[in-house]
Amino acid sequence: MTVSTIGNPMTRVDGRAKVTGRARYAADFNQPGQLYAVIVSATVGLGRITGIQAAEVERMPGVVALITHRNAEKLAYLPHKAGIDPATGERLHVLQDDTVRFYGQPVALVVADTLDHAERAATALRVTYEARPPLVDPMDPKAESIVPDTRGRVSPDRARGDADKAVAGAPVTLDATYEMARENHNPMEPHATIAAWSGDRLTLWSKSQYLVNEQAEIAAVFGMPVENIEVICPFIGGAFGTSLRTWPHVTLAALAARQVGKPVKLVLTRKQMFFTTGHRPRTLQRVALGATNDGKLTGVVHEGTGETSRYEQFMEALTAVTDYLYSCPNVRTQYRLTELDTGTPNHMRGPGEASGIFALESAMDELSYKLGIDPIELRRRNEPEKDEAENKPFSSRSLMQCYALGAERFGWARRTPEPRSMRDGRLLIGMGAATATYPAFHAPANARVRLLADGTVEVEAAASDMGPGTYTSMTQVAAETLGLPPERIRFRLGRSSYPQTPSHGGSWTMASVGSAIQAACIEAQAQVSRLATADSASPLYNVAAGELEWSDGRLRRRGETTGISYREIVAKAGAPIEADGSAQRDPEVAERYSMHSFGAVFAEVAVDPDVGTIRVRRIVGAYGIGRVVNPLLARSQCTGGMIGGMGMALMERTVLDSRDGRPVNAHMADYLMPVNLDIPELDAHFVDEVDPHVNALGVKGLGEIALVGTAPAIANAVFHATGTRVRSLPIHIEDVLTA
Amino acid sequence: MVENRSESYVQGPVLSRREALLAGAGTVALAALPSQSTAATGSPAKEVSPMTLTMTVNGELHVLTIDPRQSILDVLRETLDLTGTKKGCNQGACGACTVLVDGKRIVSCLTLACMHDGARIETIEGLEKDGVLHPLQEAFVAHEGLQCGFCTPGQIMSGVGCIAEGHAGSTDEIRFWMSGNICRCGAYPGIVAAVADAAGRD
Amino acid sequence: MLPFTMEKPESAEAAIAAAAGGARYIAGGTTLVDLMREEVERPERLVDINALPLGGIRVEGDDLVIGALARMSEVAADRNVQRLQPLIAESLIEGASPQLRNMASMGGNMLQRVRCPYFRMLDAGCNKRTPGSGCAAIDGLNAGHAILGTSEHCVATHPSDVAVALVALDATMRVRGPEGERSFPIEELFRLPGDTPHLEHTLLPGELIVELRVPGGPYSRRARYLKVRDRASYEFALVSAAAALSVEGGVIREARLAVGGVGTRPWRLRDCEAALVGKRLERPAFEAAAHLATQGARPLQHNHFKVELLPRTIVRALEMAGEVA
Repeated sequence: MTVSTIGNPMTRVDGRAKVTGRARYAADFNQPGQLYAVIVSATVGLGRITGIQAAEVERMPGVVALITHRNAEKLAYLPHKAGIDPATGERLHVLQDDTVRFYGQPVALVVADTLDHAERAATALRVTYEARPPLVDPMDPKAESIVPDTRGRVSPDRARGDADKAVAGAPVTLDATYEMARENHNPMEPHATIAAWSGDRLTLWSKSQYLVNEQAEIAAVFGMPVENIEVICPFIGGAFGTSLRTWPHVTLAALAARQVGKPVKLVLTRKQMFFTTGHRPRTLQRVALGATNDGKLTGVVHEGTGETSRYEQFMEALTAVTDYLYSCPNVRTQYRLTELDTGTPNHMRGPGEASGIFALESAMDELSYKLGIDPIELRRRNEPEKDEAENKPFSSRSLMQCYALGAERFGWARRTPEPRSMRDGRLLIGMGAATATYPAFHAPANARVRLLADGTVEVEAAASDMGPGTYTSMTQVAAETLGLPPERIRFRLGRSSYPQTPSHGGSWTMASVGSAIQAACIEAQAQVSRLATADSASPLYNVAAGELEWSDGRLRRRGETTGISYREIVAKAGAPIEADGSAQRDPEVAERYSMHSFGAVFAEVAVDPDVGTIRVRRIVGAYGIGRVVNPLLARSQCTGGMIGGMGMALMERTVLDSRDGRPVNAHMADYLMPVNLDIPELDAHFVDEVDPHVNALGVKGLGEIALVGTAPAIANAVFHATGTRVRSLPIHIEDVLTA
Repeated sequence: MVENRSESYVQGPVLSRREALLAGAGTVALAALPSQSTAATGSPAKEVSPMTLTMTVNGELHVLTIDPRQSILDVLRETLDLTGTKKGCNQGACGACTVLVDGKRIVSCLTLACMHDGARIETIEGLEKDGVLHPLQEAFVAHEGLQCGFCTPGQIMSGVGCIAEGHAGSTDEIRFWMSGNICRCGAYPGIVAAVADAAGRD
Repeated sequence: MLPFTMEKPESAEAAIAAAAGGARYIAGGTTLVDLMREEVERPERLVDINALPLGGIRVEGDDLVIGALARMSEVAADRNVQRLQPLIAESLIEGASPQLRNMASMGGNMLQRVRCPYFRMLDAGCNKRTPGSGCAAIDGLNAGHAILGTSEHCVATHPSDVAVALVALDATMRVRGPEGERSFPIEELFRLPGDTPHLEHTLLPGELIVELRVPGGPYSRRARYLKVRDRASYEFALVSAAAALSVEGGVIREARLAVGGVGTRPWRLRDCEAALVGKRLERPAFEAAAHLATQGARPLQHNHFKVELLPRTIVRALEMAGEVA
């Protein structure tokens, strides 16, 4: 019997490609004769272009084309919205008119023979504007919050019982506001597209987490058939959500390539990565809790406001966790948006949940001190038996097991409850905990399996791998299902012509694509069985399907040891055996169960009482995420998510200058993210959790929950260390300086 | 010291930097001059004189005619099509473009190629010899020192430099001396383990 | 980046001749190339000085002599530097990244440009970059800016760490120019912005930094550099302090103190030094001295916290230097 492949901590199948530099990312696909395009970004925050001194730049060395709204072709911009596009509003049309909607919006594109020529010309281009003051600060008195128009996707407001009354009348109450800064994804790989036309066919080597949607979006923008476009992206240099949508630079690359009749390479500068490719919206939240003296929640109010652009309503699940996380008869959540003169935000790792849970879990921590109850005990006293918002059971929920395991590994028992009570020499030590949760999503997906005569198997899906290890985990699923060693599987992704998959985000790739691959493998096996039992020369001729079994790459009659190998069956067939598979969640099961992952995150910080430096010393996370396909990669995801959470808690913040909306710290040295020296001991554990409902693989997803919960755990630890409650992220030195 | 001794000390609250977001609204526009006005000086149509130089990249001698403005990074990626070395920020602030120049790790984005005529450059593509991975490459895979892989070539070249400098003696030392390479995925624990492992094998 | 021509002379004389008429010297290029790419720096001619014999580190009597072309990493790793002037080694490894330290020269480090974000933005007013264009930082986002030595024309901080240490240690600089050689205290290299923020240093046209000379003192080996920042590494200082103490019988005989991240130039604190002399090596003395550091501080809208953080950083650096906590 083959050793089970799922659950093995195998190293990455693409590891060798990545450590040798052979893994090719979008900007690595240099094309013969390619030209270089550089975007000119608006230098005002709102207004109108009044002049472009094009002639001077067009004469500059190497310049092949200067494309502006005056000479760009009029694009179709047909209606197209995918699930990752805002339901309300219309995407930015690029170089189609003289309007400037936000600082940094593309206003021109220079195409030249070399990068240096293109950059020089782009800098030299003079654009004049009629500028108006933009509104970029949600705290500005002129800023108004609006009720989002969700087009029926979800409700911005939810309520059960009378939460406000319950809070007002509770023996113990807490009412606080929390704020989180705007963040930018800042993947290491800048957005990049190389566009090449061949007649009316377009190839895009383009950084994308959603290839089939990039294909469909560009088809809609150009008004051309979807099948005339191929998007290729075998490797993504991190994305964290920024490459879910197809942004204007992809359109610009295609536009330029068509105009100049040559392949065009367009890579955003690091500064431009802060302009038009989305950001985690800044959020303002109010949480009000009412509780009995023994810590039972009687009322919960959670009001959250996010920011969006003037032209699209970006929404995220800011208050969603509050609906189901704890048991409480009276809960009211509300979500609002503030429209600002900025680009549209988009999903960033743990979107909505990560921001919302910072407020809720900080508030729960504050309440625990008011009550004098251990923070974990407070969660235990409010552990629900079901999803009280949906009034249905959880498909699985291991939160209390996560707290138990995490507390033991972390050494929570050593914590003394009083703030400022723990020290290491001069340093103030704090320990904090917080809950993590994220929905276990599953979207329809497809895959193809091809059994070859040499005994190897090709598996294809238009999926992506931005770093979690899709290449490896999908190889494991195929190997396990087919009963083959993983070395015999070649999983390919990153082409829009492969079978369609959902976006590579929302922690649903394993569930969705994995299930489709499993289905395709099962279908391939069925084909093989039919061939083997229909062939009179086969040892399995006329054997009933129910008597067959698969093992070690062989098909045999149950109880027998010989049988026939794939290789032989495929060789006899004379052609590869190809099977398509698709999978989606059973709607009936989805109706019956509430499906979420849960986890508990513990952080220890050391705060220097003299100079205010905050350093994280340890983080321990325990997660219930269903089946773990690859523990090595899963742990790596978790520790990576913790590091993202550290950035959220203590460093990351995009700062806009209110005068014209420019991001002032649009630079890798000024937008702080953790470096190696910041990283302490990190430890991730998984509780044994079998969820028979979520999907056939039993997986609940990991990428997002790995980040969710870390920031409040750190913020709670900072309070425990210093006695100062900081309700605004990131927490910087000056916030605890006078603590 | 204290040139402005006569100035009175301005009393004020210890403002959080985050309040920067709230203040400043409604004040005057900050661009006091027309956009790009400084770019107007100099002749925009000025042609560049190409330079010819030699470079040994991964043991192979190249005679190159380049634009003097080209960084070593752009020469590698755009001229030689050695795309293993990555451009993460082009500002010396991320380390993704790290290569060895005459044995020393540097950021190739801030290094003008025209200043390195005759230099010996080693990139990620040159580490594997005859199909055998360098011990640090092997260790990066074994210890899960990567996720998306984009910072990886820079991390590995930096790690090679770090070990050669003798700065891989302990976990803390590796963390300090590998802090010039940002990994946004957060594969730092694996990176440290990989460098420690490879250093130990030396 | 604007086109430029490049020369590579092999002697100082040839370099100075080549630089006549406004060429820029380039060594490591970590500042210059970065800013040329942004077109904040727009030299038409560059003189690559790396072939000049201006490297090396040597000891002359009590003095440590550092060649202008010695790289930051080389100086930090030098045994004599670590033995005689550990403050310099510590301030160097706290600055930049290992890669940048391998590239950046000591002379270039002294001349690095400011990190004010508006300085880097061609579409923002900056009197340093474009005289007369205004200062976007004064009414803008200025949390990282200076509280000491500012003017109504410029509030940018000087970014160097090792310059803070060198100024504390009374280091001098030898330069060579068309008119010959001269030496002067490094502290005098750095100008206050006043109404000419575009003039950052006192070098004369064509002058080339030859070497830095650090005199030894009884305080040299009891010296520490503390850099306070939100990220543990690879970040410019919010506030930094270089402190060196000479102590006999628990009493401070001599003190050297300079700070970074708060001034428009590396900021020597002679009043604080004087206040320390004769005092017992204890925190109250440190606090009393540190209190003097913010005299004349002019915080901006968003950097008031530096007024609080500066004395705290000084106290902590003195404790570290004095090994008292």
